[in-house]
Amino acid sequence: MPEIRRKTPDELLRQVQAEEAAAKKEHLKIFLGYASGVGKSFRMLDEARRRRERGQDVVVGAIQPKLPPEVEALLPKLEVIPLKTIGDGTAIDMEALIQRHPAVCFIDGLAYDNPPGARNPTRWQDVQDLLRTGMKVIGSINIQYVDELREQVEAITGKRVTQTVPVSFIKSADEIEIVDAPPHEPLVRSLEEESGAAKRQQQLSKLRELALVLAADVVDHQLSEYLERYGISQHFGTQERILVCITPRANVREMIETARVIADRFHGELIAAYVQQPEISPEDRVALDEKLAIAWAAGARIEILEGEDAVGAILDFAKSRGITQLFIGHSQRAGLWSRLFGNPVDRLIRRSHGMDVRVFPH
Amino acid sequence: MAERRRGRLKIFMGYAAGVGKTYQMLEEARQLKSQGLDVVIGYFEPHGRKDTIAKTEGMEVIPRKTLDYRGGMFAEMDTAAILARMPQVCLVDEYPHTNVPGSERAKRWEDVELLLDAGIDVLTTMNIQHLESLNDEVWHITGIRVRETIPDWVVHQADEVVMVDLTPRALLHRLQRGVVYTPEKAERALKNFFRESTLVALRELALRETAHEVEHRSFSAVTTVGGDEPGPGLADKNHKILILVTADPATAMLIRRGKRVSDFLNADCFAVTVQRTGRAARQQTKDKLAGLWRAARVRCARFTGKPLGDLAGLPDADREAIEQHLNFARNLHIETRILEGDDVVTALVDFARRNQITQLFLARPAARSWTRLFGRDVVERIVGVATDMQIVIVSGREPELP
Repeated sequence: MPEIRRKTPDELLRQVQAEEAAAKKEHLKIFLGYASGVGKSFRMLDEARRRRERGQDVVVGAIQPKLPPEVEALLPKLEVIPLKTIGDGTAIDMEALIQRHPAVCFIDGLAYDNPPGARNPTRWQDVQDLLRTGMKVIGSINIQYVDELREQVEAITGKRVTQTVPVSFIKSADEIEIVDAPPHEPLVRSLEEESGAAKRQQQLSKLRELALVLAADVVDHQLSEYLERYGISQHFGTQERILVCITPRANVREMIETARVIADRFHGELIAAYVQQPEISPEDRVALDEKLAIAWAAGARIEILEGEDAVGAILDFAKSRGITQLFIGHSQRAGLWSRLFGNPVDRLIRRSHGMDVRVFPH
Repeated sequence: MAERRRGRLKIFMGYAAGVGKTYQMLEEARQLKSQGLDVVIGYFEPHGRKDTIAKTEGMEVIPRKTLDYRGGMFAEMDTAAILARMPQVCLVDEYPHTNVPGSERAKRWEDVELLLDAGIDVLTTMNIQHLESLNDEVWHITGIRVRETIPDWVVHQADEVVMVDLTPRALLHRLQRGVVYTPEKAERALKNFFRESTLVALRELALRETAHEVEHRSFSAVTTVGGDEPGPGLADKNHKILILVTADPATAMLIRRGKRVSDFLNADCFAVTVQRTGRAARQQTKDKLAGLWRAARVRCARFTGKPLGDLAGLPDADREAIEQHLNFARNLHIETRILEGDDVVTALVDFARRNQITQLFLARPAARSWTRLFGRDVVERIVGVATDMQIVIVSGREPELP
């Protein structure tokens, strides 16, 4: 059940921004696939057909050059504005589309560079223009054409693609739907076919994994926007978020190594935080910089926190970011002091409701 | 003669009723049938959905078995009839379903095991909220404690897990148009389970879980096809996880969480409870009674005259809770042990050191017990003593009570 607590000014500001963004929002929906042949075009254009049958004003602004028969069969039921030839290439017929101005426009294949002389260098930029005119756009793309994933995809498939779409465009979508159907392959295979198909199967699995994680990230982004819009200060813990607390004496190498492995296996997020201390010795300063460098090299996002009470600063930050796992080093302060005032590790554990705390040896 | 191979299992994973799991399963069944395979429907839940029912046309359906339970009639899958029919492929809707009492097996997934053992390929459906290890997260998201759960290893052994996706908005439209439920039921559903934020959160869980299942399989494929690339498919000997089982109700959550982490790390996982024996137990019980409980309760305990010794002086309720938790752990394929010792902390940490445990999982005591009884001491003392391993203090996800 939603936890209602008073919002900080920062949260209020973000809520207002989220509300404003929602109000002026254009509407983009993306069908994400992980390989050709998974039926992305069919799923998308079948939605076009259903919308049209329900009486919506639907136009198809782009179709792929080669179409499987089941997609071919859908086309007579749809209004298609063909691509325009410009020089040697083709591009969406922007003038015709803007003039026709349908309620919903379908673009099959978002990752195309436009030929010179077109309105925009790329098709996804055309789509942004269409969205600005107030029409809803529904498009499709395969994971290998996401710019930021290009290297990972190349490592998997050995092929390099040249025409891509930035991940920020994908993340700006209001809705994303993953087409996770397997490429048309039989469930039952002979043993020889089995081993022959294994390599390709493995490539496809890795692409699937990439696509699923990207879709999850987009959904996670939508979830936080949604919760902000409704002013709910709460996190659902749908994604593992690990916060490693860095101190000059902590065994940061082991902490970061473990955090990296867990973050990778859970497809989670890794953050390292340090609470600024008013007085710090030069040796500690050097040690701290070294430790922050280790975290940085492992791909952790670094946050410098402020606050007289380090435990409080860490917990406030962790709660506002929806941290699910907090990593801390063993307290070195033993003896009378901690017996009288409680040691920071115990205090942190006691106040860390809602997240797991992992205490590391020295 | 070649040994009969085990059937292949494919799971269509969704995040709510109405996303189209059954529809997609039937779609694939039709394709398999058109390729000449012998496909039957073993169990199918029509929910009165027209599109879905239309997909079953021309498919052979094995009649369900009707069972009488407390005056009501319940229809269950007729596993014996399917085995007698021996198709190549069988469709079984709602994998996590619990059979009506009096059925031969408690769970539908156990029926499916029989079909797979007989060499039948099975297509099945499930929603993410039924996965055991996500039970606490799902409770936190939906406010509903799902009782019908399926152990993760059962899902993990599937040959393929496919995500059936639909955007929550499209799902809500379907619901409003009455495609998923009847109008009265739809209205209730819209108010509760089908709130948009809930759906978005469940969908994210399902996407991440499917990604994990895909990753797991792509690495096991490497190891079986003869590659030498090490990866998550291989057991990770760097990590060994130990879970402390107590009577605390939070132990169920602790077990789920510990097992989930060990699954993701491919680490070995053990669960132990410590029975305090003999004089030490008596002494500790006495200390506890004398120090913390009121005189009346002491008198009461003396009056009931419970034997100490083996049972470590535990009240019946505690002993039962611990037995339940150990059972639960075993059902999730966790190896369990009962340790004996004078002191929980010493016995636990000794065992951990002897067995090269690298990660110790403990439940975070409920807020009110921090200042009471021995909850506080155990966690803080372990943290103080076991300074040579990682200690994970697991917390509930629900909002803290004020």
